[in-house]
Amino acid sequence: MITEEQVLERIRRARERRPRLRDERITLAHGAGGKATQSLIESTFLEAFRNPALERLADGAVLEADEARLVLTTDGYVVSPLFFPGGDIGDLAVNGTVNDLAVMGARPLYLSAAFILEEGFPTDDLRRIVTSMAEAAAAAGVDIVTGDTKVVGRGKADGCYITTTGVGVVRHALSVDRVEPGDAVLVSGPIAEHGVTVMLARGELDIEADLTSDTAPLHDIVAALLEAVPQTRMLRDATRGGVATVLNEIAKASGTAVVVDESAVPVRPQVGGACELLGIDPLYVACEGRFLAVVPAECAEAALDVLRSHPLGAGAARIATVQDDPPGLVLGRTAFGGTRVIDTLVGDPLPRIC
Amino acid sequence: MRFVEEYRDANRARALAEQIAALCEPGRQYKFMEVCGGHTHTIYKHGLLDHLPESVTLVHGPGCPVCVIPMGRVDDAIAIARQPDVIMTSFGDMMRVPGGSGSFLDAKAAGADIRMVYSPLDALKIARQNPDRRVVFMGIGFETTAPSTAMTVLRAAAEGVRNFSVFCNHVTILPAIKAILDSPDLRLDGFLGPGHVSTVIGCRPYGFIARDYHRPVVVSGFEPLDVLQSVHMLLTQLAQGRCEVENQYTRVVPWNGNPRALEAINRTMELRPYFEWRGLGFISHSALRLREEYAAFDAERIFQIPGVRVADPKACQCGEVLKGVLKPWECKVFGTACTPETPIGTCMVSSEGACAAYYNFGRFTRRRTEEVTRA
Amino acid sequence: MCLGIPGEIVALVPDRADLAMVEIAGVRRAVNIGLLGGPAGGVGVGDWVLVHVGFAMSKIDEAEAAATLALLRGLGEAYTDELNALAGSDIT
Repeated sequence: MITEEQVLERIRRARERRPRLRDERITLAHGAGGKATQSLIESTFLEAFRNPALERLADGAVLEADEARLVLTTDGYVVSPLFFPGGDIGDLAVNGTVNDLAVMGARPLYLSAAFILEEGFPTDDLRRIVTSMAEAAAAAGVDIVTGDTKVVGRGKADGCYITTTGVGVVRHALSVDRVEPGDAVLVSGPIAEHGVTVMLARGELDIEADLTSDTAPLHDIVAALLEAVPQTRMLRDATRGGVATVLNEIAKASGTAVVVDESAVPVRPQVGGACELLGIDPLYVACEGRFLAVVPAECAEAALDVLRSHPLGAGAARIATVQDDPPGLVLGRTAFGGTRVIDTLVGDPLPRIC
Repeated sequence: MRFVEEYRDANRARALAEQIAALCEPGRQYKFMEVCGGHTHTIYKHGLLDHLPESVTLVHGPGCPVCVIPMGRVDDAIAIARQPDVIMTSFGDMMRVPGGSGSFLDAKAAGADIRMVYSPLDALKIARQNPDRRVVFMGIGFETTAPSTAMTVLRAAAEGVRNFSVFCNHVTILPAIKAILDSPDLRLDGFLGPGHVSTVIGCRPYGFIARDYHRPVVVSGFEPLDVLQSVHMLLTQLAQGRCEVENQYTRVVPWNGNPRALEAINRTMELRPYFEWRGLGFISHSALRLREEYAAFDAERIFQIPGVRVADPKACQCGEVLKGVLKPWECKVFGTACTPETPIGTCMVSSEGACAAYYNFGRFTRRRTEEVTRA
Repeated sequence: MCLGIPGEIVALVPDRADLAMVEIAGVRRAVNIGLLGGPAGGVGVGDWVLVHVGFAMSKIDEAEAAATLALLRGLGEAYTDELNALAGSDIT
């Protein structure tokens, strides 16, 4: 007779196992940033391309070139609708890549941009997108120095896809390896705003709310934090898969436990309302202008002060604490006074009715 | 949020937990079934078990609409969705439910036009916007959701929308509860009644549970304090030797239910002679289909339905879990072959399925969690 | 099994007796009120309803909600009283 403890131990071990790709076809879940994405990356891309820089599977690769330490990162942007309250695919494509460099402790320098356009796409829309890219790049202090354009037949793409690649120089050595029990986990502002805004902007749910995406370049607030608190262990921007996914990555990669104080997680009322209505947990919804910072506990207050004095960090909060046990798990202390496991999401967060 | 936040108060929960502990007879074990998957979700999402004494066990019941859908019905729906002019619509909950050969998500990846909707009315809207396509709504859910489908059919009929139909998989909760009460291998001390189903059917229909099976029923709300209070009410009944149907969720559930909603169901739908439930087998008069008068909106009459019957995988013990005979972790394949990433049984798919809830939110052990979070 | 969320009716929809705008924490959606009894569903602006898949399933009874909370508070107070009594009792 197997005991409950043994089964739970089995689950714990299963969680630690590398996911395998068993699907015969790519489904949307493979692009959602959760377990399915992880299994695709690890079983397909990592298997084929394996090298030390890639193996870290961080937001970007740290590269040594002569005397310099560079970070190289790339990201493809697909969003529907292309224009949404608070931004569009253009500033998303710049900010997202700038942020991946920033959270690697790098100063963003140069970007490339590649466009895949659908036959029939209005040039006015393209101009609008490019203008907001230019503005976002200027705001982030980066130049877009090279690019590419391809056009595919009508119906072969959804209007416009953009891929940007970014290069930056490393200023601070940040790494998940530096995370230690006792550390505090901070978030730079209210979560889930981008994901909920875009979900509602598609119009399919017929839900109205005065929400705007949080898309923003984080290089400046990150620089301020790292200057004031150089002891910062690591940073990660909470994009696809949301805060919960990042916390799980931290717990697994550092072999620690992350205990979240759920009532401390900042969520704007409207975002919370939309999530309740759709049966979605905001911890799993994407942000495009928020990051998580792991800092030594004694630096937490100083770090929060720095974040909160920056316009992009007014809503910063300490949301979790790192512990040594149980390794690899994220636990939530619920506002109701209970405990739950906060697992990595399997696929997209889907609206549910039950 | 009003009517929500005030029922999530940790201090009140602690006070109530003490009261619950005080009501438990020393040495006695209590086993209550929460019929509804919504309660299962609440229990895990809020860590409610941390407030219950060891002697009180909550058993997850059959009230999860996607968990009880047999694999063959999913395959049938996919067969409809594959027809070239069809747009299949359903709730997000359905997307990952495995049939005998894949889920909606898989069928979508293979080219079928399957769309998620928030309301059946949104499916009707898609039908209006796509007059050259046949739009099918996969209706799932208990009596809570059936009236929305019924109202949508009535609206489609009134507007004369001819390219809209419903693949009706609505089920009724009472026969399932009765099937569970009749299963010989189960000992339950009482039921947490499904709150939102009861907004429609009211509290009276549970009378037979108290009268014929001598088990107390408390119709419960879905916030964590609602559930705790309902457990308190069940224990109070047992302590006083009573066996009644009580309503904890009075702010939402009228004793007599919602006559208009019942009328909408009755106008458009009738009971099927029998319907297959995942894990529970065939249960007579346990599901709804569209009436003859609405045949024009009935996907089962419009399309050639293969009528696929897929036996539940042998190793899968969803039935025992749905009946509450087995705890999720006692199933042979739980956590090994059957996980949220590769679900074998439907209980592992829906976030309110007993197995997925236990897998995702389940504490590794009560004591261990407490140690860890106090550290 | 069925996600139901309380929302406040903020407007009735002109020309559509079966629709009302419902607000949930600042989020709005048109909700069908055809399942509620009476003309215009027997509800008006300021009433709270339980929303499920775009339909109002029932009108929330504010008096009952207050009664449930009072009961919960009462249970809490009984507990506090007991604790106080325990603290005040002299067992030496």
